Amino acid sequence: MSAISSTMNPTAIKESDMPEADPKKAPIERPADTVIEEGKTVGVPLSDDPKFQLRNVEVFYGETPAIKNISLDIARNEVIAFIGPSGCGKSTFLRCLNRMNDSIDSCRIKGSLQLDGQDIYDSKRDVVELRARVGMVFQKPNPFPKSIYDNVAYGPRIHGLANRKSDLDDIVENSLRKAGLWNEAKDRLDAMATGMSGGQQQRLCIARAIAVSPEVVLMDEPCSALDPIATARIEELIAELSESYTIVIVTHSMQQAARVSNRTAYFHLGHLVEVNDTSKVFTMPEHELTESYITGRFG
Amino acid sequence: MTNPGSQAELVRRSLKRRYRKERRFRFYGIAAISIALFSLVILFTDIVSKGYTGFIKTTVTLEVHLDGELMYLNDASDPEQVAMADFQAPIIKALQGYFPQATSRADKRELSRMTGSYASNQVRDLLMENPDWLGSTRTIEFPAHDTVSVYVKHAGDPGYSIRLTEQQQRWTDELLGKGVVDTGFNDVFFTSGDSREPSNAGILGALIGSLLTMGITLVIAFPVGVAAAVYLEEFAPSNRLTDFIEVNINNLAAVPSIIFGLLGLAVFIGLFGMPRSVPVVGGLVLALMTLPTIIISSRAAIKSVPPSIREAAEGIGASKMQVVLHHVLPLAMPGMLTGSIIGMAQALGETAPLLLIGMVAFIVEIPDGFFSSATVLPVQIFIWAGSAEQGFVELASAGIMVLLAFLITMNAFAIWLRKRLERRW
Repeated sequence: MSAISSTMNPTAIKESDMPEADPKKAPIERPADTVIEEGKTVGVPLSDDPKFQLRNVEVFYGETPAIKNISLDIARNEVIAFIGPSGCGKSTFLRCLNRMNDSIDSCRIKGSLQLDGQDIYDSKRDVVELRARVGMVFQKPNPFPKSIYDNVAYGPRIHGLANRKSDLDDIVENSLRKAGLWNEAKDRLDAMATGMSGGQQQRLCIARAIAVSPEVVLMDEPCSALDPIATARIEELIAELSESYTIVIVTHSMQQAARVSNRTAYFHLGHLVEVNDTSKVFTMPEHELTESYITGRFG
Repeated sequence: MTNPGSQAELVRRSLKRRYRKERRFRFYGIAAISIALFSLVILFTDIVSKGYTGFIKTTVTLEVHLDGELMYLNDASDPEQVAMADFQAPIIKALQGYFPQATSRADKRELSRMTGSYASNQVRDLLMENPDWLGSTRTIEFPAHDTVSVYVKHAGDPGYSIRLTEQQQRWTDELLGKGVVDTGFNDVFFTSGDSREPSNAGILGALIGSLLTMGITLVIAFPVGVAAAVYLEEFAPSNRLTDFIEVNINNLAAVPSIIFGLLGLAVFIGLFGMPRSVPVVGGLVLALMTLPTIIISSRAAIKSVPPSIREAAEGIGASKMQVVLHHVLPLAMPGMLTGSIIGMAQALGETAPLLLIGMVAFIVEIPDGFFSSATVLPVQIFIWAGSAEQGFVELASAGIMVLLAFLITMNAFAIWLRKRLERRW
């Protein structure tokens, strides 16, 4: 629970800072006249030690643009949170990072996306290798309908990470330990994963993702289907994992973003409006739209 | 909206209407199921009541003195003599033992029609196997003649006409009393192939034929159908060509089966020069007929695999093929099996296309391989149902029961397999 207690409640601060924002009529008042300049992001979108270098990224579904000219660096071993109202493109952008959009026929991606200086969308790039390095945890817990052990062991097996049964056992145990699931699962490794609770399933999915030792873990609203207790456990887990992994998390909960992330990126209608240190975004947002969103005026 | 009391009243009234609708709907459902069950009961009662006698055989057991002089035979191992010999004579002689006064030519002819037409062949075969039996007296069980059998089993049944003369009826009654004519479980029906004589006809040939044909159909249609479905669902680009293929597959599912028979005749027999009447060709034709059903149901099964599972596997870095083999196929397998059961059940009951490729031929031998002439259960039933001898009517019904049992066994196996797969995943 350390992650929660160490962070201030950002909404409370904003309301006291802005006496003119009347909370009663706030949800109706939309800053529709605010002009977003394309490709213009306030704050600090770039980094000195980037894991991902993303430049002028545009994504289209058919003819409809979903991401409009976004440039962003994701630093090594940071936790960055993507926030923004529904349909703002944060999930789409996240899925670009390990090419999960490939299976959508109508999806086109422009711009330069690099992982450690290598182009992600290079035609020679092996997507299997990429996804082994950039793992993903999804919104809804989606364990395979197999045993707990087989769920975690699946990735190492297909990538040939363990030659012997004992190696595989070690990987499974370590991953489950890291995901904080070992004590609950060690006696029922052969039980069906689908029989676990939602929170356990999501932690199993995290264990499954880190079993292949990725460098980056992408999390697409990992707690949206979970209750507050399970959410707190996952958040603790993110804090622990951030020591060894780069984590990109999409979330609808601003408290969650404030609790777990180092940096926060605010998306709006396909634009990346503002990126900054999390504490700064929630206390002193530079952009009008960010401010409106985090004070709850829309979204 | 203004008066909350009236709104509650409105809701209550609509509630009544809704419940009434629900009750009516449930009643329709129960009625539909009742009608279906009732029809099924009628069908089964009819088949069983008509067909159970097919499982009963009528036999004539005689003490036959294999007199060489009477048969014009003194060496049973000499084929030339065997060809000339009269094997009917000792049977008539044995019957005359019970009816000494039946000595006229007409009486003898009537006596010879107490046992089945192949009784003399039976004596001949026995003697050829055991030449030393010549001159001895042996107890031999003969199948009764069709007319005798009908009389024994169906006397008084308006559905059957008794073709025995009054004298024969008297004889039969007398022999029944002495236990010479008797009824028993019809093992012949399960151990022999077709015959011109109902008492010698059996279902085994058609059963083996169906088994061989279904084997070919399954081995070809299931893998090809599943592979086609997987390719179309998972790998094929969506363009005009795949749309065109999809429309054609859906249309093929509705093509009358006899067209597939014509196709088989033209392609497999005409073009490839395969033999007629063989299970391989039958199986190929039925496989073509079953393919659309399997492809369509397999595609539906693949589509119903939750995308989240696919994403999960892709997210870990499974390749396309691994996603399909490790996750999509195992999860879709129960659905695919269901489609295959339906397709195979259709194929098992199919007659029309097999008529065209010659599987309607009169085949006595039990097929011993995929390339030996054979017929299948529904065709055998079709042949028997159209035969003149009354004994074939009950055989046709008995054949239907065997077909149903075959079908139930096949489906039970598939359902068991599906349950097993479901438990594993």
